Amino acid sequence: MYDAGKIIVGIVVFVALATSPLWFNAVTAETPEAPKLQLPTNGSTECVESTEYMRAQHMDLLNQWRETVVRTGQRDYVSTTSGKVYDMSLSRTCMNCHTSKTKFCDACHTYMAVSPYCWDCHVEPKEAN
Amino acid sequence: MDGNRRDFLKLAGLTALGATGVTAVRATADNAPAADPHGEPSTDGVRLAMVIDLRKFVKDDRLAKKCIEACHVAHNVPDFGADPKNEVKWIWTEPFETAFHSQEFHFIREDLKEKPTLLLCNHCDNPPCTRVCPTEATWKRESDGIVMMDWHRCIGCRYCVVACPYGSRSFNWKDPRQAIDDPTTEYPTRMRGVVEKCTFCEERLARGQQPACVEACDNDELVFGDLNDPSSKVRQLLTERMAIRRKPGLGTQPEVYYIIDDPRTLQEVAPAAVVEVPEGGDDA
Repeated sequence: MYDAGKIIVGIVVFVALATSPLWFNAVTAETPEAPKLQLPTNGSTECVESTEYMRAQHMDLLNQWRETVVRTGQRDYVSTTSGKVYDMSLSRTCMNCHTSKTKFCDACHTYMAVSPYCWDCHVEPKEAN
Repeated sequence: MDGNRRDFLKLAGLTALGATGVTAVRATADNAPAADPHGEPSTDGVRLAMVIDLRKFVKDDRLAKKCIEACHVAHNVPDFGADPKNEVKWIWTEPFETAFHSQEFHFIREDLKEKPTLLLCNHCDNPPCTRVCPTEATWKRESDGIVMMDWHRCIGCRYCVVACPYGSRSFNWKDPRQAIDDPTTEYPTRMRGVVEKCTFCEERLARGQQPACVEACDNDELVFGDLNDPSSKVRQLLTERMAIRRKPGLGTQPEVYYIIDDPRTLQEVAPAAVVEVPEGGDDA
């Protein structure tokens, strides 16, 4: 191999530069904290379904609600956890307890870098300052 | 071998022809209109309709404004001011003559010609708008006849805007949020690129309320109910009064009726005397 020394040095420098953000973060950055959600302040302690289910499946549940309400006109949701009946409404039911979009929805969505388009049309409750 | 190949190709050709033929026949059958548009409307189930008492609106121009205000506040309808290109309408007014131009009121008095007439989506029995929607974002609800919209599904192709002969559908050319002062959280706004229109307040009906515009009127200027129920107020009014609809010749069967019959239009009309028609008519 001609110029082996130059090439190998070049490769090493390139790899070092290309991976530098990783090294930099590994040395300096703190472990990001898990998002902290504001729990309902109105005293309610249970959601329409279990916390685990809501954490994993709330988007599917909301999609299903949207489909059912708009397309079939059916508005009552019977919880499979508690058997209680809820109004299938993002604004009236979800946001009635989770009153702050920034402290609840956005906390996780920002952390996960997802941007759901619910609020392009639906109007979030006014934030209490 | 040659003969075999010929036979095979013939058979393949016939099969292909048969398959496409059946598909074509099926597709044609599916597209056939469900009912005769000019025939008698269906009397099954609930058929929601609105009766607008034009005699009362003629007397008071502020009434129409009150109805519009109530609707547009309840549904976050954007107000782009005097910019007709971006205008979004759920319920609005046109001069009487324009609203009913196919009825040809040639000799009507000038001031009556100009009277603002309340217009909204007619929730037709035979809606042309729903047939053209490629995504089924708008459809006629079978349970009560409301022409519904699913704004989640609208792709903004505007076929329905073109198909509606009444101008009841508006397109959001601009982001509507910028033209809504204080949006209510009770109802969503729409987004840019979506068509919107009146839904007969289906969200209020679901909660047992009357439509917002009807609620804004105190004296039965607007009456809302089920046409298929013989005891409903709308049905009684349409039995006793002369009412017209917009562009009936198109066969869309609009469900918004306009009472025009009272010759005393500009005289005193007792608000309570709407339904109770004396025996023998008004000519006593």
